[in-house]
Amino acid sequence: MALANRVMSRKKGYSRQGVYVWFMAPAIVVILAVIIFPWIFTLWMSLNDWRIGMQSEFVGLDNFRALATSSRFLSTIPRTLYFTFLSVFLPVILGLFAAEVFHQKFPLRGLLRGIYIAPMMATPVAIALVFTMMFHPQLGVLNYLLTLVGIPKQLWVYSADTVIPTLAFVEVWQWTPLVMLIVLGGLASLPSEPYESAMIDGASQWQMFRYITFPLILPFLMIAVILRTIDALKSFDIIYVISQGGPGTASETINLYLYLQAFAFFQVGHASAVVVVFFVIILALSIILLFARGRLRWNR
Amino acid sequence: MNNKMNRREFIKRSALIGAGTAAASLLNACAPAATATQAPAATAAPAATAAKAVFDWKRFKGEKIEALLIKNTVGDLLVKYQKEFEDLTGITVGADTPAEQQQRQKLAVEFQSGQTSFDVVYYSFHVQKRLFGKNKWVADVREYLNDPTMVAPDWDWNDFSAAGKAWATEADGRIDAVCNKIDYFILYCNKELFAAKGVALPKTYDDVVAAAQKLHDPAKNIFGFAGRGLKNANTILWTSMLLGWDMDAIDSKLNLNTTSAEAVECAKFYQNLQKNYAPPGVAGFNWNECQSAFAQGQLAMWWDGLGFATPLEDPKTSKVVGKVAYVVTPKGPKAQWAGMTGDGMGVSSFSKKKGAAWYYCMWASNKQMQARTLAAGAGSPPRNSAYADADALKSLVVPKDWVDSVIGSGKIGRATLPVIVPVTEFRDIFGVALTNMIGGADAATELKKATDEFKPILEKSEK
Repeated sequence: MALANRVMSRKKGYSRQGVYVWFMAPAIVVILAVIIFPWIFTLWMSLNDWRIGMQSEFVGLDNFRALATSSRFLSTIPRTLYFTFLSVFLPVILGLFAAEVFHQKFPLRGLLRGIYIAPMMATPVAIALVFTMMFHPQLGVLNYLLTLVGIPKQLWVYSADTVIPTLAFVEVWQWTPLVMLIVLGGLASLPSEPYESAMIDGASQWQMFRYITFPLILPFLMIAVILRTIDALKSFDIIYVISQGGPGTASETINLYLYLQAFAFFQVGHASAVVVVFFVIILALSIILLFARGRLRWNR
Repeated sequence: MNNKMNRREFIKRSALIGAGTAAASLLNACAPAATATQAPAATAAPAATAAKAVFDWKRFKGEKIEALLIKNTVGDLLVKYQKEFEDLTGITVGADTPAEQQQRQKLAVEFQSGQTSFDVVYYSFHVQKRLFGKNKWVADVREYLNDPTMVAPDWDWNDFSAAGKAWATEADGRIDAVCNKIDYFILYCNKELFAAKGVALPKTYDDVVAAAQKLHDPAKNIFGFAGRGLKNANTILWTSMLLGWDMDAIDSKLNLNTTSAEAVECAKFYQNLQKNYAPPGVAGFNWNECQSAFAQGQLAMWWDGLGFATPLEDPKTSKVVGKVAYVVTPKGPKAQWAGMTGDGMGVSSFSKKKGAAWYYCMWASNKQMQARTLAAGAGSPPRNSAYADADALKSLVVPKDWVDSVIGSGKIGRATLPVIVPVTEFRDIFGVALTNMIGGADAATELKKATDEFKPILEKSEK
């Protein structure tokens, strides 16, 4: 009897599994078409010397060897990391500060918070176009404002020395509100008991921040760091619209180089190799950051 | 004989012939009485009458075509008068006008895929001609030109200058497109600044340097000169200047002349002007930044294409209305040539509506549209008749000086970029070198580095 029941239930389970597959099939098809196939095809293209308008030729790892010896490509890596560092570090500091401010109660807090997060809602290309006009060394409003307070005119994105920090400034302006929102969410979830105990013990505001708030919101900060790092690494629209990788190659990040290879030079084989290398870099950084986040959880 | 040599020599010589022919035609065109008696239609009347009987604008009525244009003054004109074409032919047009760079990417990807969403394509000969020709991406329109039932009797292929025909013709004789705009590099000069310091308009390259030196006054926010400094965009300025040494950056045998003494001297000329007499930040300037600065009266001279003149004469945005001298490219150390570029329109080889698409190309390049191009200051029409069109000359949005500059440049026009497949890499690699020179890098060293980097790319592309 027991054996008969087991056979019956096994038969029923088998037919249910067959039904489950049909429900999963659409999602599998989409994932295959949108993620798996493009990845496999990109890997395949990276092994070919293929320029649009010419026949492709299988060359194995030659594209990767060319990247390893290309001074122009190699110079994009530190540049990308520099831009990413500025675009992550500054929003984190400023976002943390802003979150602390907006965590307090004061009149018109809601309205001011709404204004503060407005840059996040704007289209990056539109922002870039406006900033391009503002950065004009002779006609831009920023230099005009600087001269009003006696500061010399700056070259902003028109100098190889200042282009990366200037572009990072635009990123900071747009994405600091995102960090603020993440940290604000973290602050709202913190328990109040440690603060009550600290106040009873006579701790100062700074001590409460340093020994209570900061360690507790560190996991949230790490989430913000991870998100900002991935976004900053693949930042394209701001850089392309404002400086197009110039002056010269002073703001040519990996993404800009990739775009140039694929869509200006039509070297899709070489560009695919860049994609693979770039993916490895992003993956490596993400793993490091996730590991760091795991170590910093206060309630693990 | 080597086909590649034929191709380049063909283009170069056609440009020279075209310059002379255009000059003769334009001079004739400026005498209205002479134009009427020299009209080709008079001698072709019997054929034209017969052709009128069989040619029908409504032949493809009811069809719908897609036109991939570019967002520029010519593209704007085509969209503005699109209804005229639709009423004339009964063909519905869906016109797309993306920005230039995005349009070039879109068409390359679609052509490569073997299927295009457009039937008509607007493209730049100086950047894409070799790529299109090598891959036969656009249809050979000779079958239409030789078919009287497919050419409007008053369209007149022979109204095109030799330069216009040469741009549209491949080395193997295919006519891939119809040229609808030629642009020449000229020197825009602020007459007021020149007059204030008693400086004559430049006639030679040395005059340009001398004028820049005399007029440069950064304390008053006046700069002697500006040209494109942004990589890729700046290369065409340098290659235009190089023509003054009677030299092309790449010769007809695909040899790079970019490390020659002339090329280095030209690079130093470019470097001197940009480093010492241009506004700070010029290394990041494209034509639009230069145009803005010139329009605000901050530049004494600006060297660029003549198609950018219209905003300078717009009182709403310009402070130099009526103060601009449109100077034909000055004479270089060895020669006087005006760097020339060209745009055209072709029928996609993958189109299933080639007939209707050809009708659109024909309309877009007809005498009336070309006259409108001239009137709008959008560039130099390759049709000779445009310069004699009284209505166009009356409704010019730019001064007559500009037309004189066009005519003068037409006499000395010469292709400024090499007709090769990897022209974008050429512009990019040498553009970086030129930008570095503005920052003080040694011209010879930068050119050598760029040449070494580009040479294998060029060799591989022409295999």
